[in-house]
Amino acid sequence: MRVGLFIPCYVDQFYPGVAIATLQLLEKLGVDVVYPQNQTCCGQPMANSGFQDLSKGCSDLFLKNFNEFDYIVSPSGSCVLYLREHLSETDHHSPDYLGNKVYELTSFLTDVLKVENLTASFPHKVGMHISCHGQRGLHLSSMSELVAPGFSKPGSLLNMVKDIEMIELNRVDECCGFGGTFCVTEEAVSVKMGKDRIADHLLHGAEYITGADMSCLMHLEGILKRQGSKVKVIHIAEILNAG
Amino acid sequence: MSSRDKILAAVANNQPAKIELPDLSAFKTGKAGSVEQFAQVLTNIGGKAIHVNSWEEIAAFITENYSTTRVVTPIAELTGFKGIPANSDPHELYNVELAVIKAHFGVAENGAVWITEDNMGLRVLPFITQHLAVVIDGGEIVPTMAEAYDKISRLSSYGFASFIAGPSKTADIEQSLVIGAHGPRSMTVFIMPGRF
Amino acid sequence: MEVTTKDHAELAENFNRDEDRVDWHDETLWWVRQKRDKMVHQLPEWEELREAASAIKNNVLGNLHNYLQQFEANARANGITVHWAADAEEHNQIIHRLLNEHKVTRMVKSKSMLTEECGLNEYLHEQGIEVIDSDLGERIVQLAKEPPSHIVLPCIHKKKEEIGELFHQYLGTPLDVSDPQVLTEAARGHLREIFITRKAALTGVNFAIAETGEFVVCTNEGNADMGAHLADIHIASMGIEKLIPEKKHLGIFLRLLTRSATGQPITTYSSHFKTPRKGQQMHIVLVDNGRTVQLGREDFRNSLKCIRCGACMNTCPVYRRSGGHSYHNAVAGPIGSILAPNLDMEKYKDLPFASTLCGSCTNVCPVKIDIHDQLYKWRQVLVKKGLVPTGKTIGMKVMGATLSSPTIYRLAGKIGRWTLKHAPFAVNNNFNPWYKQRDMPEPPEQSFSEWYKENRIKK
Ligand code: SF4
Repeated sequence: MRVGLFIPCYVDQFYPGVAIATLQLLEKLGVDVVYPQNQTCCGQPMANSGFQDLSKGCSDLFLKNFNEFDYIVSPSGSCVLYLREHLSETDHHSPDYLGNKVYELTSFLTDVLKVENLTASFPHKVGMHISCHGQRGLHLSSMSELVAPGFSKPGSLLNMVKDIEMIELNRVDECCGFGGTFCVTEEAVSVKMGKDRIADHLLHGAEYITGADMSCLMHLEGILKRQGSKVKVIHIAEILNAG
Repeated sequence: MSSRDKILAAVANNQPAKIELPDLSAFKTGKAGSVEQFAQVLTNIGGKAIHVNSWEEIAAFITENYSTTRVVTPIAELTGFKGIPANSDPHELYNVELAVIKAHFGVAENGAVWITEDNMGLRVLPFITQHLAVVIDGGEIVPTMAEAYDKISRLSSYGFASFIAGPSKTADIEQSLVIGAHGPRSMTVFIMPGRF
Repeated sequence: MEVTTKDHAELAENFNRDEDRVDWHDETLWWVRQKRDKMVHQLPEWEELREAASAIKNNVLGNLHNYLQQFEANARANGITVHWAADAEEHNQIIHRLLNEHKVTRMVKSKSMLTEECGLNEYLHEQGIEVIDSDLGERIVQLAKEPPSHIVLPCIHKKKEEIGELFHQYLGTPLDVSDPQVLTEAARGHLREIFITRKAALTGVNFAIAETGEFVVCTNEGNADMGAHLADIHIASMGIEKLIPEKKHLGIFLRLLTRSATGQPITTYSSHFKTPRKGQQMHIVLVDNGRTVQLGREDFRNSLKCIRCGACMNTCPVYRRSGGHSYHNAVAGPIGSILAPNLDMEKYKDLPFASTLCGSCTNVCPVKIDIHDQLYKWRQVLVKKGLVPTGKTIGMKVMGATLSSPTIYRLAGKIGRWTLKHAPFAVNNNFNPWYKQRDMPEPPEQSFSEWYKENRIKK
């Protein structure tokens, strides 16, 4: 199985540690993983702003970079959702539609690798921020709005981590307000949403806020830092790769 | 072209391909409704369920709790109260304290009762009265709205009918629930065994 | 600077000046969402009900031409007069004419978002006709001379103290009384007087049944019934999308509507109007006002499935923190944001962007409208029509070009990180909306791709 690693542009630039953790985690699990050098971005920033046409260049580039792999794995639910839905104008139902091979990291671990044990240890109180695109888009976990059995792919992985203490939240899956360009075009509401999410985590004693999407965490981190908080954000890959 | 024809033409032009209606049979439980559930839900939504065995019991209850001069009922079996003369003006019901009417059946899942115009005497009665009392046959409880409409289709036609579930209420001010908005301040359902 | 009439971001920013109030607004509506959750989780068949409701509404959209005519014929046979209005203006004129014919200058009206959409109250006011809204929430905003901020909870943005003041001023309640019980009692007295004296009543319509020609109006207060059963003339206004094929379909919709809306198992009153009462006139106005256009827009037509439960507003994290008025449209929130651009793209071009596309609205919607996908699609349409600011277009083009070329991208990334490290003032200033209330990420020495080259490729 050859796996191509897709690292979102902002993770590449600002959070290399997340990408390294993802890479090392996959390597630890015995996966033959390669990072194609010429990758940039999934194209979502333009598309979500209404400029889907401008994301075509990104799509083409993606297809070129990742055509040869059995799977493509990325530590971002949001990018994966976008790639799955919009990779190209290819017929989405065709069996060789590349989008079908793109996996968000945690679901790749649970659904493809079927990981049941991890060696990680993380002796901290951690709050899970569920990112909307991963959850409502990729169905990484059950949604509070629906009448359906509960499950969580990232949660099941965190349960394998030694000494971790997961906290409960009052609002388990409310959006943090990042929302791509929303975070700047609707600055006031975006920040308020982020503050409210953080307050929920703080109320329950979180030392770390984790999640499967660095974009949400970057937004929350920006607010935490401005508040002078000691609470840190940490991508789930870093926890699963810890210790 | 009239607006009617314009609208209809635009609809015909723009509507998507027709798809079939879904099969709804799975929503019917095939079971009888539970009187306990009905009474419980009715209580939850601010109503009151009282089990009685006869019209006399109902009459006694009313006499005990309401000033009888302002009780109105179109129910023939309930003697000793004001009826509703034919051709009366609905506005005259303005001062009714308690209206007692029959309902065809109750719905367990939501505590609603189905009342048609012939039960009401005048359409406005169950709304304008300060307090509402309804009599239902305890054997006439359906589990859900799916069975309710099944039942309605077997009843005779009506000009006006309503599902009524509890007293009139509002939560428009800061979401705090207040019973007695424009209509009845209370709703009592007398559950009586056997057909009447 | 482009001329914008009103803009969600700006109005939302205003709303956020008072953070306590935002918290209160958010908590109040979240509480409604929780009531909804509690109620729907008691029904194991909930998702199947949503599916069925959606399928019925899809059938309606594909067969609307027949259902409308069937409804019209049946309603007429029942003794109801049916009118057709192509747009808001015609709707208002029809109502005006009917009132004139009956020499009525004072009308009582129960909740109808359609009349709000049509601006009926203002129109009639100009003609010298007084309209009194009888839904308590609507009466409150009417006294405050404000539009409703929510389709189900019209005055959810108002605090009880503010309502107390209004009632003191208009209904003579004692000063500083703000107990909801007392205020409601005062409104009850005031409005019962109105019901008893008005000869014309207008109601909305929740469902109209093609099969039987009857229509159903749902309220908790009983105000629609009080108005209609006491008036000589009852006018019901409805959008043409309110039709459902058969009466038994109410057995689906009435199970969904109020559980979704307020977390009640059903509204107190679900009244079925089929024939006028003896001596009374009953009229129905079927209104298009852009609906047939929406019907023709493949990507957006299923917004017409909406049963106006308001659940998408209660769950929307943006709505809860920006308030209904920030949407500057009769219907606010997620559904308003996909309906409004249909009426006027220029005026409402901001609304599809007033969302994080989190998708919660789509999940609560009882008729399964793909609300957040439509928001995404409206964005594409608005961009194609050139309705987004030029600055944004240029920015997006630069971004698109940068991200399409690995070489430019790497260079831009380097410059970006270098700037943040060595000249943070270029980024960390008030021209950068990110920085206003958030710190920028700590720039690392190396990007991942640089690290990878050193640690994996070279090895
Ligand atoms: S779009 Fe759906 S959730 Fe929103 S008001 Fe309409 S029916 Fe309710």
